[in-house]
Amino acid sequence: MHEMSLTEGVVEIVREEARKQGFSRVKTVWLEIGALSAVDPSAMEFCFDAATRGTLAEGARLEIVCTPGQGWCLDCEKTVPLEERFGACPECGRSHVQMTGGDEMRVRELEVE
Amino acid sequence: MCTVCGCGTATHEGDKRPGEAANEAKAPKEATAHSHSHSHAHGDHHHHDHDHDHAHDHDHDQAHAHAHATAAQNLDFGAGLAGVHVPGLSQERIVRIERDILSKNRSYAEQNRALFAQKGVLALNFVSSPGSGKTSLLVRAIEDLKSRHAIAVIEGDQQTSNDAERIRATGVKAIQVNTGKGCHLDAHMVGHALETLDLPDNALMFIENVGNLVCPAAFDLGEAHKVVLLSTTEGEDKPAKYPDMFAAADLMLLNKSDLLPHLDFNVGECIGHALRVNPHLQTLVVSAKTGEGLAAFYAWVETRAALARQKAAKNKAG
Repeated sequence: MHEMSLTEGVVEIVREEARKQGFSRVKTVWLEIGALSAVDPSAMEFCFDAATRGTLAEGARLEIVCTPGQGWCLDCEKTVPLEERFGACPECGRSHVQMTGGDEMRVRELEVE
Repeated sequence: MCTVCGCGTATHEGDKRPGEAANEAKAPKEATAHSHSHSHAHGDHHHHDHDHDHAHDHDHDQAHAHAHATAAQNLDFGAGLAGVHVPGLSQERIVRIERDILSKNRSYAEQNRALFAQKGVLALNFVSSPGSGKTSLLVRAIEDLKSRHAIAVIEGDQQTSNDAERIRATGVKAIQVNTGKGCHLDAHMVGHALETLDLPDNALMFIENVGNLVCPAAFDLGEAHKVVLLSTTEGEDKPAKYPDMFAAADLMLLNKSDLLPHLDFNVGECIGHALRVNPHLQTLVVSAKTGEGLAAFYAWVETRAALARQKAAKNKAG
C-alpha cells in the first residue's frame, strides 16, 4: 500500500502550495496518473479520504486523470501505445520498446478558496 | 489577486523557490490566455470581493484591460484552467501546480545522496521479497568485508529489531527503522537514521529495505545502487511478475545457489526474464550460506566503493 504514502505526499504538496499561494481550503485535487506508473488509482482514491482528514483538503473531491502508456519501438522506429511497462510492440510484437510516457504521478491543479 | 483563477499572482512570485521556474514561466501565459469578465465596468456578477488582506490592489485599468476589451465576445472560462469550467465562479480559483508526487521524497533523497558523496560513502539499497536472504547475505558480507571497510547498516522492517540485532552481532553499527504499517523505507526515514548513525568517511552503507518486491521500487533513498535479491526457492519468472523492482535495480543477486541441486529452478530462464525487463542489469549467482559467487559480488562492491572514495577526495582537494 505505498499509495498511502503517495497520497500523503499529495497532501504535503497541497499544504506547501497553500502556504505559498495563500489559500485555506481545497475543494478539488486533480492528479495525473500514468497507466504505467506504480500507482493503482482506485487505491489512491481509497487512501485520499483518510489522508486528507483534518487537513485543509478534508472533504475535497479527487479527480484522477489517467494518461495512456506509450513507448518508442526501436524496430518500427515510431511511437506506439504501451499496455504494460515492459510490454511488446503492438505492431511488430517484439519487445524492443522504450517507455516514453505514461509513468507520470503528478498533482496537476487544485480548486481552492 | 483574482479569486476565480488566481491571476495577478505576481506578488507571490517572490515566494516561489528556484526549482519552480517552470511554474513561473507559465504564469504570464495564463495571465493573458484567460479572459474572464471583470464585473466592475460591466455591472454583471461581482465575483471577487477584495476582502483579502494582501498588500497589493488590482489596478483594473492596466492589468486587466485585455479582459474588458474582449469579455463581451469571448468569455473563455476554460482557457488557463486546463479546460476546466468552474460553475458559479464564486470564491474558488484553480491553482495550477504540476508537481511530481514523489518530489518530496526525491528532495530528501538528494540530501542523503549529497551526504554520501561528501563522505565518500557507497550506499546500497538491498531489496527483495521477504525471505530471500537479505539479512543472511549482509551478515556474511559484513564478516568478509569489515576488516577492509568501515560498514554501517540501516535495517528496515515493519516490526521488531531482530534483523538489526543479527547485524550488530557482527560488530558493526546498525540502526533499525520500524516502518509500522509502511511497506517500504523512504528517504526521510533514512535521513533520520543517518543523523544518529554518524557515518565514518569512506564507509559502506548497507540499507536493507522492507521485504517487499513492489513498493520500495518507487522510493529513492539516495543510494548509489539498488541491489535486488532473488532466491532459487522463488519462481524464475519473478522479474516478469514484479518488473518495476528489477527495472530499478543495477545488480541482481540470485541467492541460495546451494539449493539448486534440489530444485527445478532454471537459472538461465530467470536471468532471461530479468534482462528482458532491464537490459542493463548485472546478475550474479551467489550463496550466502556456502559463499559461492560472493567474491564477484565483493569485487562489484569494492570497485564502486573506490570510485565513491575517489570522487569525495577529489571534491575535497578541489
